[in-house]
Amino acid sequence: MRPYDIASFASDSLQSSRARTLLMMLAMSIGVGAVVVLTALGEGARLYVVNQFSSLGSNLVLVFPGRTETAGISPGMLLGQIPRELTMEDAKALLKSRAVSRIAPMTIGSSEISYGPLNREVVVLGSTSDLLEVRHMELALGRFLPSTHEGEPVCVLGAKIRHELFGNASAIGKWVRLGDRRFRVIGVMGSQGESMGFNTDELVIVPVSAAHMLFNNSGLLRILVEAKSRDAIPRAKQDAESILLARHGERDVTVITQDAVLATFDRILRALTLAVGGIAAISLSVAGVLIMNVMLIAVSQRVREIGLLKALGAPASGIRTLFFTEAALLSFAGSMAGLIFGELGVFAIAKAYPSLPVTAPWWAVLAAVGTALATGILFSVWPARRAALLDPVAALSGK
Amino acid sequence: MISLEHVSRSFAIGDQQVYALRDINLEIAAGDYLSVMGPSGSGKSTLLNLIGLLDRPSSGTYRLDGRDVTALNDEEQAGVRSGKIGFVFQSFNLVPRLTAAKNIELPLMLAGISADLRKARVEVLLKDYGLLDRADHRPDQLSGGQRQRVAIARATSMHPAILLADEPTGNLDQSTGREVIDLLEKLTEQHVALVLVTHDPAIGGRARRQLHMLDGRITD
Ligand SMILES: Nc1ncnc2c1ncn2[C@@H]1O[C@H](COP(=O)(O)OP(=O)(O)O)[C@@H](O)[C@H]1O
Ligand SMILES: [Mg+2]
Repeated sequence: MRPYDIASFASDSLQSSRARTLLMMLAMSIGVGAVVVLTALGEGARLYVVNQFSSLGSNLVLVFPGRTETAGISPGMLLGQIPRELTMEDAKALLKSRAVSRIAPMTIGSSEISYGPLNREVVVLGSTSDLLEVRHMELALGRFLPSTHEGEPVCVLGAKIRHELFGNASAIGKWVRLGDRRFRVIGVMGSQGESMGFNTDELVIVPVSAAHMLFNNSGLLRILVEAKSRDAIPRAKQDAESILLARHGERDVTVITQDAVLATFDRILRALTLAVGGIAAISLSVAGVLIMNVMLIAVSQRVREIGLLKALGAPASGIRTLFFTEAALLSFAGSMAGLIFGELGVFAIAKAYPSLPVTAPWWAVLAAVGTALATGILFSVWPARRAALLDPVAALSGK
Repeated sequence: MISLEHVSRSFAIGDQQVYALRDINLEIAAGDYLSVMGPSGSGKSTLLNLIGLLDRPSSGTYRLDGRDVTALNDEEQAGVRSGKIGFVFQSFNLVPRLTAAKNIELPLMLAGISADLRKARVEVLLKDYGLLDRADHRPDQLSGGQRQRVAIARATSMHPAILLADEPTGNLDQSTGREVIDLLEKLTEQHVALVLVTHDPAIGGRARRQLHMLDGRITD
């Protein structure tokens, strides 16, 4: 038999039992569609996290006080000491490294902000002028923190804070009260929304020294270090460690690269996507079992036809090929329908959650269609074999 | 062309051997016209199935054109069925979802003949058997006589050397049965050997050679 004839004979017989064909296609397409949608969701979550990280700034190295790598226990802690603070001097010293282009210290506290009769609780972030560049933040109005006169009582408001305190009136140049001190508003942040736990819309940014006075402390929560290039990241990390070792006399800080954090998230989320996709693929094998049953019924319903084909000169291998082709066509049509379902689902999710970059990864689409075809064909081995081995005499009499 | 020597066919039923054919010796030459008669259960169908390579003898040898065909594998036997043997059944055995033309085309398609050649041959057969206006009808839209004409056209589409008909008039009324026998007899004039199983003596009596079977044996 010629390949074209095999295909058209198989497709004729599929079309003649429409309900059965549609049922099997449905089972297949649900499996394939599920793989597509679920992996698209997983991949979307992964890309979302990756994007969030890169919006934090690029080529970043983070310095934290205390050594958390050794399970949180340092010799100092055993003696009842708290880890030594990171100071502004430490932060400035990091600029000595030739791998470092900029740094931004961060210190955080919460305080009450008031303007006239209006007041609310806010998170106050103390930093320096370079924070804007290092953290890829955007200013909507005015200026950011000055790079000189670091002790000046000025502040930059988050978009939401500005709106709540000033409404439609201009905020620039006005004086607000933070705790028991007065600050002049010099800028307003652009609206960026949530970004890795920091909502800049509800933040008030002041110079580090002002924050220290406000909260009556001297340490830094962390230091953001921007390496000169991607290749300079390991060098910047090493330099930060050795500079702080020289200054503190012991290794009492934790230095991690943003890449390392990102890589961990990336791995976890990729594994999650794989797992979810794999579970969906298992539903394809359920479709396979269904196909096997329905094909077995088809064989017993078409015993006479099979006997006839043998009498007319079809060898056992030809009968097998015909039934295989039916299963393959069915799986193919089913998985194509599943792809369409899946892509429609992905489209709907993308519409409902525009911030989530959902797209099914090509390997998942390939794997879904491959699995569908493979299970379809695999589970038709037995029915096809049964058809091929039928005794033609008995088959012709319909037994 | 065909020679059966000491051919037997038995079936094991429980621990008993039931003989459907016993020590059959038979020669059939090209263009022979043979009728096989006998009571029900005498082994007529079994003999036909054996000749048609749908079944294998339990013992004895079957030569077709000098070749021992019982030793062939499935693929080779299928090739012989395709090229040399045509079947006509009592219950027509048409594929219900296929049109008359497609049913006639089936053996040609199974043999891997090109679509152009198939179309030409089917056209001739439809014309020969008066089915041109029924070409696109499915079997359930055809009368019994038309169905058997489609089956005969299908059986002859590969120009077989031997045509095996197992009670081809069994499901037809008398006059339609006559027409079908006329068509089959016409084929013997074209050097096709015809083996016709029937229990109607009036039909069997027309054959040039008449075989009577009883209890798995040829009695004369
Ligand atoms: N597959 C089979 N299993 C057991 N017995 C069979 C089988 N096929 C035929 N027979 C027996 O062989 C004998 C001949 O059958 P058959 O050739 O069909 O007779 P006929 O066609 O002359 O009516 C019968 O007794 C029948 O019961
Ligand atoms: Mg019979």
